Amino acid sequence: MASIQYKKASCIYPGSDKLAVDSLSLDIQDGEFVVLVGPSGSGKSTALRMLAGLEDIDEGHIEIGGKDMVGVPSKDRDIAMVFQNYALYPNKTVAENMGFALKLRGVSAEERRKKVEDAAKILDLTEFLDRKPAKLSGGQRQRVAMGRAIVREPQVFCMDEPLSNLDAKLRVQTRTQIAALQRRLGTTTVYVTHDQVEAMTMGDRVAVLRFGKLQQFASPNDLYDKPANAFVAGFIGSPAMNLVTVPVTENGVKIGDGTMELERADLTKISDAGLNEVTIGIRPEVLEISDSVGVDVVVDLVEDLGSEAFVYTHAGSGVELVARCNPRTAPNLADSVKLRRHPDGTVHLFHPKTGERLN
Amino acid sequence: MTTTAEKSTEATAPAVASKKKSRKFSPWGLVAWLVGLGFFFPVFWMVLTAFKSEGDAATNPPKLFFTPTLDQFKAVFEQGIGPAMLNSIFATGISTILVLLLGVPAAFALSLRPVRKTQDGLFFFMSTKMLPIVAAILPLYVIVSNIGMLDNIWSLVILYTSMNLPIAVWMMRSFFLEVPGELLEAASLDGASLMRSVREVILPLVSPGIAATALICVIFAWNEFFFAVNLTAVNAQTMPVYLVGFIAGEGQYWAVLSAAATITALPVILCGWFAQNKLVRGLSFGAIK
Repeated sequence: MASIQYKKASCIYPGSDKLAVDSLSLDIQDGEFVVLVGPSGSGKSTALRMLAGLEDIDEGHIEIGGKDMVGVPSKDRDIAMVFQNYALYPNKTVAENMGFALKLRGVSAEERRKKVEDAAKILDLTEFLDRKPAKLSGGQRQRVAMGRAIVREPQVFCMDEPLSNLDAKLRVQTRTQIAALQRRLGTTTVYVTHDQVEAMTMGDRVAVLRFGKLQQFASPNDLYDKPANAFVAGFIGSPAMNLVTVPVTENGVKIGDGTMELERADLTKISDAGLNEVTIGIRPEVLEISDSVGVDVVVDLVEDLGSEAFVYTHAGSGVELVARCNPRTAPNLADSVKLRRHPDGTVHLFHPKTGERLN
Repeated sequence: MTTTAEKSTEATAPAVASKKKSRKFSPWGLVAWLVGLGFFFPVFWMVLTAFKSEGDAATNPPKLFFTPTLDQFKAVFEQGIGPAMLNSIFATGISTILVLLLGVPAAFALSLRPVRKTQDGLFFFMSTKMLPIVAAILPLYVIVSNIGMLDNIWSLVILYTSMNLPIAVWMMRSFFLEVPGELLEAASLDGASLMRSVREVILPLVSPGIAATALICVIFAWNEFFFAVNLTAVNAQTMPVYLVGFIAGEGQYWAVLSAAATITALPVILCGWFAQNKLVRGLSFGAIK
């Protein structure tokens, strides 16, 4: 059983009194693929390294399979880690790299060879077994790093931005391979990335971190549809959700020179909170270009991606809005158009000061 | 637009090619050759003289062409260079082994396991090299004399070890710093204890650096003269001190002196030759760090 619990775990930067990870609490099920995502400096790598035993747990606890890991050295935690820079042993061949952990455990050479060959077959590394890492490409080295982790059959996989050093196409390819591999092996995996696309496509659940604090821990769909605060709302989704702080009116909010209507229930929540301003969040796909009603905007830029186009605009008071549209019917630069909220589209409301979700 | 651009590149291409050609005979290359030859010439002359008879060696103007003879080398060995050679080998060998045994763990601690006082420790090591050897010789002589270790090869062993240790630690530290920290982390996650990680992961990576350091220590210890001449007499005499004996008062025997000097210099020249790539690498890494 390899469930993982972070129980108010904290880590202090050495030589400072700032918390790198601030009271992180996560409950990870056995076999789950959890992604830790966040901008640089959010503490996600530190949180992973605390799990692996490479950073001290200064406050709180981390439990693996119910056992407290405070004070337990890395080599006794039965965790395999894939590093961002792969950390392959340069003087050992691929086969020796992959078999090192087993050798340390005293596994016989015969059995070691078999396990290494099995893993190499899964990862397509069989022809490279006798090469040294210096003679491999980036993608091949990444696979060796994964192979080294798989061969150990550990309780937990830790992966620290393993795809960052690969080119874009290889990244997409390897992303699916890692996800498929994890599903096949069923090992609990904690994966760190700054790329929210990786987070959304690979994770069973995703934990968004900012300045060491957990913002939200939910499935990708929940993060997308119901972000807990303005930060998560703006972080997940590309292009980012439109987030503007606007004054509240009788029936809705004032955007630019026009008014966008809101639901009764939402307006009640705003007035209950005693606010006359609110941060409104609308995803680009919820805004559409209309001829009749809507907010008056001027087109600044049109990004044509082939299957869809994104129109970057600004409204009267300097408010910037991004809308999605059909590339064949996209407006031109400097056109004046109207943007309207799709009637079924969700409007997210956040507190203008704290960023907390209101609806 | 495109045609004019192509034309201009064609025009510059031959100019670039001719520039490259002329670089072959640049004045700086010539200077380098001259300087190199200037440094090499005395050594060359010494080795040449070692093969001359005394008569040939003493001519004025000096002779470049002569019949070579091995008589001088025979004379050197007959005059008993053996004990001095053994002393040099002993002092150099033992001190280098001690330097490696002490210096490698020290460098490891100061690089891969730094603590708050690491910089202070490093400075302390380096500061021992800042004292001129001449200033230290008086107290050292008194101490060595008082403990009855004058003319004892072990005094030299101890002094050479402490003389080379700072350099060795400094050099090896720069090699240890080259090892990516992630490798140690990966080894520890794989289940390796500290000793195991050092043996299987770090040492193979650092071994060229250790070899370069060992060679530097050998060169310094072998050539060391000041401690040897002051603290030894007959029994513990090393090769550099033995050479002094050839500078006789009653007239110079250039040829036999050159032969003795050649024999003394030979081990170090060979060491340097075999290790030249590693030495450059080792010394320049220290500079970058």
